[in-house]
Amino acid sequence: MTITINGKETIIPENLNHTIDSLLEEIDVSQRLYVTVELNEEVLDRAAFETTPVMEGDAIEFLYFMGGGH
Amino acid sequence: MLTESQIERYSRHIILKEVGGKGQQKLLDAKVLIIGAGGLGAPVALYLAAAGVGTIGIADADNVDLSNLQRQVIHFTADIGKPKVESAREKMQSINPDVNVITYIEWISAANISAIIAGYDFIIDGTDNFAAKFLINDACVLAGKPYSHGGILQFVGQTITVLPGQSPCYRCLFPAPPPKDAIPTCSQAGVIGVLPGVIGSIQATEAIKFLLGKGNLLTGRILMYDALDIKFRDVTIKRNANCPICGEHPSITELKDELDALTVCDLKEA
Repeated sequence: MTITINGKETIIPENLNHTIDSLLEEIDVSQRLYVTVELNEEVLDRAAFETTPVMEGDAIEFLYFMGGGH
Repeated sequence: MLTESQIERYSRHIILKEVGGKGQQKLLDAKVLIIGAGGLGAPVALYLAAAGVGTIGIADADNVDLSNLQRQVIHFTADIGKPKVESAREKMQSINPDVNVITYIEWISAANISAIIAGYDFIIDGTDNFAAKFLINDACVLAGKPYSHGGILQFVGQTITVLPGQSPCYRCLFPAPPPKDAIPTCSQAGVIGVLPGVIGSIQATEAIKFLLGKGNLLTGRILMYDALDIKFRDVTIKRNANCPICGEHPSITELKDELDALTVCDLKEA
C-alpha cells in the first residue's frame, strides 16, 4: 500500500499489518522513543502507537526534537 | 515622529507599502525579548536592531568563548571572555543608536521568567536546551505572549511561531521534554555555522511581521530546513486537545523548571 511519509510517497508491503509502532521500527526512524508522529495532520498520542493501524493513503510526519540554538 | 535621519535610515522600509512611516513607528515603539545571545540570538539581535525595534531585551548568563565564534556572528574575537549580552549590546547599539538594549545577565528559570517577559510584545527563543525551550513555551502560553521557537542541530533546523490560545504551542507537538541526554546537543553533535543564521533570520522576520501586523505568521505549521538537501518543508500542525498546557484539560497551570531535561553539559554550553 502507498502512504506518504514526510511528504514522500512510500510503498510498504500490505501483509505486515503495520501499526505506527511497527512502522517506526521497520523504517528505523531516528529518535524512535521520542519522535512526535503526526497522522493525517493530527498529533498522535504516544500511547496509541501500538494500536493505531497504518492505512492506505495515510500521511505520516515525523517531527524531531531539536534542542540546539547557541 | 520620525526624524530626518530616521527617515533616511529606514527609507527602504518606509517605501514598502506593508511598512511605511506608520509601520516603522510601530517597530520603534515595540519591545522584543531575545532569550539566548548565541547562534540563533545573534542574527535576531543584529536584524532587529538594524530594523529599528525600539527596545530589545537580551538574556544570557554566558561569556563569549572561542568555540562560539564559528556561528555566533554578533561576537568578535576581541569579545572572548566578555558577557555575551554585553558583547551583543555593543554591536546592536553600534549598528543603531536608536535602539534601547536591556541586558539580563542571568539564566531564565521558573522563578524569573515571568517578570522578564512581562514588558515585551514578542519573545524569541534562541536557547540551546530543552529545559529552557519548554520553560519559554510555558511562560509565554500562560502569559499570553506571542513567541518564536527555533531549534537547530547539525544541518537541520525548525521554527514555529506561537500565538497562545490561537495557534498550536510547542507542547501541542512535544508534550514533554526528552529524557536527559537522549537527544544530542550542538556541542556534542556539531552544527554548521550558517544554520542558525537561516533559522534566526526567519525568527526575526516573524517578530517584525507580528509587530507590523502584516503577512501570514508561521503559526499552525512548523517549518523545517535541511541545509544538506537545501530544502524547506512545512508541516501543518493543529492545536492538540490533549496539550498539557493549552489543551482542554491542562495539567500545567504554573511554571516549573524541567530539571530532568537539564544536563550539566547544557548548562555549561548554554
